Amino acid sequence: MDKLRASVLMRHEVGLHARPSVKLTKLAKAFESRIDLGLSPDGPWVDAKSIVKVMATRAPKDSTIYFRAEGTDAKAALDALVTLVDGDFQDGR
Amino acid sequence: MDDRTHRAAHRIEGRSAAPGIALGPLVRLAAAKHDIRQYRSAAEEHKALVDALAASHVDLSALVSEVGDAEAEAILSFQIALLEDDNLAAPAFALITGGEVANRAWSDAIAREIASYDGADDPYFRARASDLRDLRDRVLRHLAGEADQIVPSGVIVAAEDMPPSMFLATDWRDGGLVLRRGSPSSHVAILARSRGVPMIVGVDVDHLENGRDALLDGEAGLLIVDPDTDTRAAYCQRHAEQSEFRQAFASFSGPALTASGELVRVMINVTGLAELEQLDPAHVDGIGLMRTEFLFQGCETLPSEEEQYQIYRRMIEWAAGRPVTIRTLDAGGDKPIKGLTQTGDINPFLGVRGVRLSLRHLDVFRVQLRALARAAVAGNLKVMIPMVTVPEELDRCRTLLEQALEDLRREGQEAQMPPLGMMVEVPAAALTIEDFNADFFSIGSNDLIQYVAAASRDEPQLADLARPSRAVFGLIGHVVNYADSSGRETSLCGDLAGDPEQVAALLDQGLRILSVAPRALGPVRAAIARYSGSGAFSSEVEPGSRQENVSNQESRAPFRSDRTGKGSSA
Repeated sequence: MDKLRASVLMRHEVGLHARPSVKLTKLAKAFESRIDLGLSPDGPWVDAKSIVKVMATRAPKDSTIYFRAEGTDAKAALDALVTLVDGDFQDGR
Repeated sequence: MDDRTHRAAHRIEGRSAAPGIALGPLVRLAAAKHDIRQYRSAAEEHKALVDALAASHVDLSALVSEVGDAEAEAILSFQIALLEDDNLAAPAFALITGGEVANRAWSDAIAREIASYDGADDPYFRARASDLRDLRDRVLRHLAGEADQIVPSGVIVAAEDMPPSMFLATDWRDGGLVLRRGSPSSHVAILARSRGVPMIVGVDVDHLENGRDALLDGEAGLLIVDPDTDTRAAYCQRHAEQSEFRQAFASFSGPALTASGELVRVMINVTGLAELEQLDPAHVDGIGLMRTEFLFQGCETLPSEEEQYQIYRRMIEWAAGRPVTIRTLDAGGDKPIKGLTQTGDINPFLGVRGVRLSLRHLDVFRVQLRALARAAVAGNLKVMIPMVTVPEELDRCRTLLEQALEDLRREGQEAQMPPLGMMVEVPAAALTIEDFNADFFSIGSNDLIQYVAAASRDEPQLADLARPSRAVFGLIGHVVNYADSSGRETSLCGDLAGDPEQVAALLDQGLRILSVAPRALGPVRAAIARYSGSGAFSSEVEPGSRQENVSNQESRAPFRSDRTGKGSSA
């Protein structure tokens, strides 16, 4: 089965830090699909559901975040994650 | 021991992490020492760690439900998320399988994570090491069967580092914090600033003795051990002022009411997004003045429409429905911008500045108006034009804003026409205020004062002239009168509004919206609460106290205009 892919520019002032990472991994965990995150289109990839791994990417402000997903809800997962990052992690606050 | 009590004051310099003054005995927190565990079997060690992780999760979940502020919640949520991630403890379980005792397995596994954060280039990431240590120690305490360390209140705590969860579980009334580790960007420092706890970092805490009398000056980054009588007296005075100030802050919740129960809206003046991060929007009635100069300063290129739009939108979203007044570029005067403002103006304050500059650089101005029209969709935006002198200037701005809106709609972009108002700071505009087609007014007292008095606010020799005078209050009263009669809102956003001594005089003029620097919120709200109304509202006040009120007002506002004179003589 092919992996779906998406990418989005992260503008968050301090990069992919604690608060954004908590939101991102929580959202990723809401989906069944396997979801990977990377800072380049060719990886290396980390599990987007793991805050330990996501924080370890040390993604700074203005990085492009790449996602790939595989599973029944892969499309919905990518849409939701891109919306979160694009909306600067402002989920309803 | 005896000679030590007469020891000279000892000043220790650190780095400021949170302002404020604290006086009290030093309490040195020793690093927690966890009992050595006896290894039983791999299965039991495994179970012990599983249980300790689960118990820590319970602790943190309970703490997060109690803290009640977004900053603290975010910090604890990060630790909870780490605990919920199997990747965190996986190496520890692997070590246990290899025959390691649970506490050492956990410490070693976390040590690698901590080391990687400690070695990060970005100070924000480095600061997260402290969150991991916090989590490590909590789990270790559970493994050792130890209780949480309790910190007494009213003391100056000195420690190697302090975990955010311990900070949150401590009563910091009148206390302060001195750390060796940590930085102004650590989670504890963020919490200390938001909760008004004085804190310094970078102090060699090993040489500090338990129980010694100490003074902490968070702003200066200074710890004084065994202060002499004079120093102590000076700091006691500052500490008393601070307590008064904090009390005012404590009364933050709910609307600002005068002593007679009249509602006054208190908004804030802001210069950038960073300022808002420290503030709870529930504590303000909106943003009364957002300056936009910061977007244009210190950059090689002027900010794009998209960059401006994003920042305006975030401001509006932060305010969550409360009004946000954004002032278009107010460059010139004392605020030069490279490539835009003229150099060599003979008298910059009387030169090409504010709207005068914008109307001469339509390319730049149109970009800002487009960004504002787009941001207006996000909430309660108002647009304010600075330095308006004649009605035609405001009319041109309105036409340009309408054009920007039309263009955006034609391009299929979402946009909306925000209310368009003006800053009242030029005496000519204040005197003929009824000629202006403005949706609202905001009085810029700093410039109004210097233009009325023809005295620069930056000339120390003329400080007596560049003050709020009867002439200034007269103009303010005139603007408020007209605005009230024509159903428009007027606020005041200059330094005058942030001066607690002047609040009564401004309320006397009929102003009911003040916009102040965030640090002035507490004192200004306190001054509003003391205000019992000019004579016009005093029918409910007993004669004796009324007499007192009137003389009070007179001492505060010696130059009241006729408008209030009428009221208090009734």
